[in-house]
Amino acid sequence: MSLRQVRIYPLFERFWHWSQMALIVTLLFTGFRMRGLHALTSFETAVNVHTIAAIVLIVLWVFAIFWHLTTGTWVHYVPTTNGLLKVARFYAFGIFKGEHHPYRKAYWKKHNPLQALAYLALKLVLFPAIWLSGLAYLTYNLWQGMAGASGGLEIVANLHVLTAYAIATFIVAHVYLLTTGHSFVGHVKPMITGFDEVDLTPQEEAYLEADEPGRLKT
Amino acid sequence: MHATRKGLLRAGVVMLLGIALALPSRADEQPRDAKPKLPVAGQKHGGKTGGTTDHSKLPALKGPFLTGSDVTRACLTCHTEAGKHFMKSIHWTWEYTSKDGQQLGKKHLVNNFCTNARGNEGMCAQCHAGYGWKDETFDFKNQDNIDCLVCHDRTRTYYKTPNTKGNEACSIMFENKPLIDLVRVAQSVGMPGRENCGTCHFNGGGGDGVKHGDLDSSLVTPDKALDVHMDVKGLNFACTACHVSDKHLVSGSRYDMVAKDTEGIGKPGLRREVATCESCHGMAPHKQASVKGLKLNDHTDRIACQTCHIPTIARGGVATMVDWDWRTAGKTRNGVGYKEDNYTQRNGAHRSTYKSIKGNFAYAEDFKPDYAWFNGRMHYTTIDTKFDSKAPPVEINAIAGSAAEPDSRIWPFKTMRTVMPYDVKNETLVYTHLWGEDDAAFWGNYDFKKAVAKGMQDARLAFSGELGFIPTVSYWPITHMVAPKGDALACDSCHARDGRLARLSGFYMPGGVTSGLSRWVDLIGLAMLFAALVGVLAHGALRLLTNRRRGEP
Repeated sequence: MSLRQVRIYPLFERFWHWSQMALIVTLLFTGFRMRGLHALTSFETAVNVHTIAAIVLIVLWVFAIFWHLTTGTWVHYVPTTNGLLKVARFYAFGIFKGEHHPYRKAYWKKHNPLQALAYLALKLVLFPAIWLSGLAYLTYNLWQGMAGASGGLEIVANLHVLTAYAIATFIVAHVYLLTTGHSFVGHVKPMITGFDEVDLTPQEEAYLEADEPGRLKT
Repeated sequence: MHATRKGLLRAGVVMLLGIALALPSRADEQPRDAKPKLPVAGQKHGGKTGGTTDHSKLPALKGPFLTGSDVTRACLTCHTEAGKHFMKSIHWTWEYTSKDGQQLGKKHLVNNFCTNARGNEGMCAQCHAGYGWKDETFDFKNQDNIDCLVCHDRTRTYYKTPNTKGNEACSIMFENKPLIDLVRVAQSVGMPGRENCGTCHFNGGGGDGVKHGDLDSSLVTPDKALDVHMDVKGLNFACTACHVSDKHLVSGSRYDMVAKDTEGIGKPGLRREVATCESCHGMAPHKQASVKGLKLNDHTDRIACQTCHIPTIARGGVATMVDWDWRTAGKTRNGVGYKEDNYTQRNGAHRSTYKSIKGNFAYAEDFKPDYAWFNGRMHYTTIDTKFDSKAPPVEINAIAGSAAEPDSRIWPFKTMRTVMPYDVKNETLVYTHLWGEDDAAFWGNYDFKKAVAKGMQDARLAFSGELGFIPTVSYWPITHMVAPKGDALACDSCHARDGRLARLSGFYMPGGVTSGLSRWVDLIGLAMLFAALVGVLAHGALRLLTNRRRGEP
């Protein structure tokens, strides 16, 4: 086994992550403005920016879904119960006792089981919920003729907002977890440079050196 | 040529006369001008341009004319069908039967300004486009009684006075008016300008701007900020550019409103019974190739154009009346009626805040209208409508419509509040006999009971003899004084907790009108977010603490 700097976040994934972050922050900010939680911009600016950002994010998601499926990266999000409890136990107790994180990152499985499950829930529940409710909200004028459309709009709007609160809650936990482990920077840096320290078996190392040398830092 | 020079000479004489006499202006009007007002040139009338006949060349108009009816007879020698057409118009009949079957029109209604034209025609029928309507004996079938000139005069020298003398307290206002040169007026007729329509429509309710809030003398020569369409240096629309007509039937009566136009722009040979914004601007009037424009166009099905594009009303320097209390009418000083002019409007004119003949008034200028869901129909409290006097105010015209009705939109209204006489026992409104030479007319004798008894008796209606005063309210749909687009309402004007539509209900509006569901969702969402924040802070604090205990940084 040897510790190597391995590129675990390809360029597209980093681009996707950071532009998604910027868009989600923008959407939360403008969305909460429309909801009346603050008045730091005009309602008009909030609506226009929110709409444009939402459309851009949807396009980005379409690309990201395509990328995940075609590159096989989707496997990183396959949930497993194997080690899940250990990770949960670590965050609940072990972290306070100075224990080491029970998960050893693999270049082909970069998320720990809890992380994978959380991201999967985000991608399969929260994102589709905000996406679908948002599109229904945006296109209200196309279905307002239906019976009970006015009440329907209120439900759609509140579903959208409730999902937004859930996403904001996720972000709080997500950002907080960056502070665990070695350091905050240590967690953020891989998402910028793409490289993270991974413990490679001799076989893995040999494979990467032979077939994907670009992923190893010499 | 000769005739024209003669005309000019006559005009000059009339002008000099006007200056010399320095007419007493009507009490509610703007400061009196020494200079006679000139017609506003270049107004556009929509499809019609006129000008195929120079009326000064017509033998029939050479005169002499002793009376207005003489002129009318001359008009009808060429415009042979105009009289028959006009007699069907509400400007002549003063009657309108609503879709709900209510008998409306000035001939019948009670309003909460000067209360009723019925029985006061001697005064009120100044604004009837006819000659001599004093009482029930007026002949509505005689074409000679039509007044063509009040609408078609283009010299701005024509005027009308009350059809009867009235009590001295009032008749003094109409004395010493200059003579009208009927030949000159008849020879210069044309399409009606804003000043023609405005003679009555700007002065509804008994004075400049009193009634509507979006119609007053400032619209004779408005600038663009006041009205983009009538802007005298810009589009310079006459009223008839939008209020198109056919056979003298003018579209756009507020008795017959189209609250939501679903047809939009007409094809060639377009509709002539429409005065909606959509009939020119279409149903998707905002820029389609922008996020903002698309979102604004999403609004047009539920929000009337006027709601956003008329941000405030009465903003031309002329005030509109918002409150009237008839209870204080009738006070005298040394036995004589008087008035107090304690309101100065933005154009500098003083407005009466008390008049012995009318009571106390309050005015407003440049103010937000009120908003309501409106389907174009109003239900009136007519003279025979029984109401519950224990549940004031009485709605003179209740606005029909709701969020649930797809043909309703949110419209702006001017609200008028008046405390006015009513029959306490019968719980109905009453006709008050205000104008007349007799000793029952309120304007002169200041005895309400006597005036109401006479007003009801003349209309052959029951009056219990028990007179009271009750708060009433009336609503005036707003549609004029359309501001430049930069002055239109911003989104936050309504999409805010205390926004302009905060009093409306029955729908969901982001950032504004909300319900229990929204409040619960915000509560749950914020609690969740707050719990997460507290959770991570506690977790972090605990980590720091345990790290330190272990001697780690």
